[in-house]
Amino acid sequence: MLKYIGKRLLYMVLTLWVIVTVTFFLMRAAPGSPFSGEKELPPAIQANLEAYYGLDKSLFMQYVDYLISVVKWDFGPSLKYKGQSVNDLISEGFPVSFALGMEAIFLALALGVLLGAVAALRHNKWQDYTAMIIAVLGISVPSFIMASGLQYVLAIKWSVLPVARWESFAHTILPALALASTPMAFIARLTRSSMLEVIGNDYIKTAKSKGLNSTEITVRHTIRNAMMPVVSYMGPLISAILTGSFVIEKIFGIPGLGMHFVTSITNRDYSVIMGVTVFFSVLLLVSILLVDIAYSLIDPRIKLADKKGE
Amino acid sequence: MQQQKIPKELFEQVGGNTTDSEKISRPSISFWKDVWMRFKKNKLAMTGVVLLVILAIMSLVGPHLTPYNYYENDLMSANQPPSGEHWFGTDELGRDVFTRIWNGAQISLFIGIAAALIDLAIGVIWGGLSGYIGGRTDEYMMRFADILWAIPYLLMVILLMVVFEPGLGTMIAAMTITGWINMARIVRGQVLQLKSQEYVMAAQTLGANTSRIMAKHLIPNTMGPILITMTLTVPNAIFTEAFLSYLGLGVPQPLASWGTMASDGVAALQYYPWRLFFPALFISLTIFAFNVIGDGLRDALDPRLRK
Amino acid sequence: MKKKLLLFSILLVFSVILAACGGDDDGGEEGTSDNSGDNGESTSDNGGESSAEQVFKANIASEPFSLNPSLANDATSSAVLLQTFEGLTRIGPEGEPQEAMASEIETSDDLKKYTFTIRDGAKWSNGDPVTAQDFEYAWKWALDPNNNSQYAYQLYYVKNAEAANTGEGNLEDVGVTAVDEKTLEVELENPTPYFLELTAFYTYFPVNSKIAKENEEWYADAGENYVSNGPFKMTEWSHNDSITLEPNEEYWDKEAVKLDRIEFAMINDFNTELNSFKQGEFDWAGSPFGSLPTEAIPSLKEDGSLNVEPIAGTYWYKFHTEKEPFNNVNIRKAFAYSIDRQGIVENITKAGQVPAMAAVPPTMFSDNEEGYFDAVNIEKAKEHLQKGIEELGYDSVEDMPAVTLSFNTSESHAKIAQAIQDMWKENLGVDVELSNSEWAVYIDQLHQGDYQIGRMGWLGDFNDPINFLELYKEKGGNNDTRWHSEEFASLLEESQTETDSEKRTEMLKEAEGILMDEMPIAPIYFYTNAWVQDENLKDVVMSGLGDVQLKWAHFE
Repeated sequence: MLKYIGKRLLYMVLTLWVIVTVTFFLMRAAPGSPFSGEKELPPAIQANLEAYYGLDKSLFMQYVDYLISVVKWDFGPSLKYKGQSVNDLISEGFPVSFALGMEAIFLALALGVLLGAVAALRHNKWQDYTAMIIAVLGISVPSFIMASGLQYVLAIKWSVLPVARWESFAHTILPALALASTPMAFIARLTRSSMLEVIGNDYIKTAKSKGLNSTEITVRHTIRNAMMPVVSYMGPLISAILTGSFVIEKIFGIPGLGMHFVTSITNRDYSVIMGVTVFFSVLLLVSILLVDIAYSLIDPRIKLADKKGE
Repeated sequence: MQQQKIPKELFEQVGGNTTDSEKISRPSISFWKDVWMRFKKNKLAMTGVVLLVILAIMSLVGPHLTPYNYYENDLMSANQPPSGEHWFGTDELGRDVFTRIWNGAQISLFIGIAAALIDLAIGVIWGGLSGYIGGRTDEYMMRFADILWAIPYLLMVILLMVVFEPGLGTMIAAMTITGWINMARIVRGQVLQLKSQEYVMAAQTLGANTSRIMAKHLIPNTMGPILITMTLTVPNAIFTEAFLSYLGLGVPQPLASWGTMASDGVAALQYYPWRLFFPALFISLTIFAFNVIGDGLRDALDPRLRK
Repeated sequence: MKKKLLLFSILLVFSVILAACGGDDDGGEEGTSDNSGDNGESTSDNGGESSAEQVFKANIASEPFSLNPSLANDATSSAVLLQTFEGLTRIGPEGEPQEAMASEIETSDDLKKYTFTIRDGAKWSNGDPVTAQDFEYAWKWALDPNNNSQYAYQLYYVKNAEAANTGEGNLEDVGVTAVDEKTLEVELENPTPYFLELTAFYTYFPVNSKIAKENEEWYADAGENYVSNGPFKMTEWSHNDSITLEPNEEYWDKEAVKLDRIEFAMINDFNTELNSFKQGEFDWAGSPFGSLPTEAIPSLKEDGSLNVEPIAGTYWYKFHTEKEPFNNVNIRKAFAYSIDRQGIVENITKAGQVPAMAAVPPTMFSDNEEGYFDAVNIEKAKEHLQKGIEELGYDSVEDMPAVTLSFNTSESHAKIAQAIQDMWKENLGVDVELSNSEWAVYIDQLHQGDYQIGRMGWLGDFNDPINFLELYKEKGGNNDTRWHSEEFASLLEESQTETDSEKRTEMLKEAEGILMDEMPIAPIYFYTNAWVQDENLKDVVMSGLGDVQLKWAHFE
């Protein structure tokens, strides 16, 4: 296992390098510059700005600079916000996004698995249909509509929760719910489907005939084996949710990291684009590695490092 | 322990030929027939089919049921609530929402289904091969998916827009760049689990080749998660289209689509709720249809439920 | 072992489920109690507002670009800087510049030299005196090309400033000199009749040179290094989240300052902003700090809470005058005349905007409410179209090259574009395609000349018509239309040296007449500030440019 993880880490570094490279060149190929605006800058100032941020060097040298900055984990100053470094932006935004994301993942996973399990155990009964309708709503209503709807009903009409801002636990409930709704629905559907599959399996029937009660069967056998697709889905989901969602942060005025993924690109704030992309990539690659490890924990028969096909 | 010997002569062939019995498979025609038989019996699934058919027909007929068209403004009657004149009300430019819904249905249904099918094809093949072959190939294939996933999507879209003319092709390309990845990951996870199961090993031992094992054993047994993931792809595509339109890569204004109508409607939620309600309703109905059809198919395909 | 681990993790999942359900209830309760607490507080607020709570809360939508006045280049920074800093002059409640940091202003006869005497008792928030050197330092710092100030060109009215900024001249030659601690001498390139308006603009604000020299990054955060000389000082800056201002005890006119605190939030969603206002969390929603959602405006108008104030800004469409068919003035006129401006401001923008039939806003030229042509004149438009088609040698409208209208991605631009597209189809029989792109791409296209008709707007930097007209003086720069008129340019040139203000106004009017006759731009409407505010909030000063000063603001 350790050898496998070591190998994976090596691949991760390679993958990260490809991501940095591709992103760098895509970003520089996009039209527009970080200093372009409605009022065009005098050429002298434009040139000065470019020199200051090293944008006057050859593209390749700039690329090398970025690679070095990635290795040093120091992404330099933001080109858009004076006096702020990219590392600052990340270290200020990430804790907020992380807290919100964890809450959303908990909600999604807990409610999703519960809903899916109930639906599967009561296959084609009313519970199943109710769960289905909740899931269909969750899947077909994207988070930005869900967020506006929740805000309107719970914060404006009923005034039971705050409208926006990032202050107390009460402030986190609406954004977390909005963020969790689609994953929750999807997890519910996946859980239901895989549980139905597992319930039909012989070992569950055996377990039943051995007289194990149904809760025990659900817990010990069904859910565990039904978790595979959910786990597959969780890897990329976790990294995406923990790094924040642009629309949710916008609607609820949350100072998270998610906004930088969008605004850095619209501002052509090159150093922030690189910084958040690398940060996200690292999280993504780690969580995907964790998913693969989780596979072999869930089902020991899975051998990741097998040599077939080489 | 004593063993009794039974003379060969006592055995007698009861017909059937040996080559046939070596094949571990059901005759495919009767399999699909069987699936269809069971699917038909599933009332909920059939409701989904009927619903989709109605939506498709309405997308063609609907726009002609009113004296309005999707583009003509009537600023004097902007933001009218639903009435006898405008069944679903009007939008901010006084256009008839009913007419626009059905015009939008053409685009959104097409995009939803097209994107779902493309994602399905790429995702299943990619994920299936990656999981089944495993080892270094798996590593390369999945890291490739990770790379696509990690590169900022907005950046890719901006460049696509600069390089290609906006249009249906570019739009679908923009959707599928990353759309298939979820499918691939889920299929891979399932295949990793399934390939170590006895029946797959049995098939391997009997010399079945990769594509046969994939098609006959692995994919059918992954059908549940595949169908579910597909039902998520549809709304994703519908709203990605709205996002792309917003960036100038989607359908050009004033053409309508459910995604753009719903996105525009969100801002009006507190004041003119019908502008959000109707597109959202039809998106939900479509997704509902896909979900019940998916469930019905899953049940119908489940070999254990066969009688 | 593994099995136990698994069992444990499954139990964990279930406990999470339970916790989440329980937690959810807790959350709900907490939320309610929290909120009722808020309500309790706010009722007491309301009761005691006349005597106590002088806290102004508003939303500035996004992180300011920079709170160093020499670097700032955007409305968000301006909204904060106008409260925390003070220039030589300040735009008073009547809209005229009045003495602020300067107690005395002397002007030479040729209007090219100003002598400012710094007020006694002018102090920075850390107690340091505000000196003439602070001004000299700040202006030269902004002009120093090494400091990359993107708004340095605002200082180009000062003698030799442009040369110094572009690296052709020397910083020492710039016409700003601190004669002594109290006396600042400024030499100008041209007699600039609006110079005292400019000295109220943030690029002309001083910077505490003592601190800035010691600490280059003094403006990055709130703290002891961040000192200002205005009515308020910044006590907290939580990036991308909020900014808190408190009265500056060292301010020379601190008696006039009534607010105890200003809290700016950064919520980049205008529905949320208005909703928060309705819940009593903001005292102001809408321009210029934030913005009102268009969909909400009719209902705000109905209940009488909407405030509208015209500001110096024009929303216009630019024609690419070197590309067919818009190289023809009649075609340009046909397109401009056939836009139903009244319909647009009434039904689409809705916030009391004024139909624009001129380039310079009525806040500067009051007779521009009438403008140079009719708000919509389809007959005339058709005539011009016919004439243009003949001049360009087309057989018919269908023969004309395909026309595309470009705009940057935004819901309101999209609505206006769709409405105008429909008007052109209806009124002229021309099918126009719409193309929108993301801002940076769009700007690039415009600067490259890769467009036919493009949307743009202009908000005045200072209160003088020249600010709008000089945009079209030269080809290139901000003039994406590629239009050029010798006559127009020389009129603007001459107006710079004209010392008689009436004559100067005439010249500028004449220039505008040329612009509207050649029509490289089709004005659509003049901007307004639209907002709702706490009824008890009084004495907020909004200038003709639309910016707001809270120096005198208070709750009754």
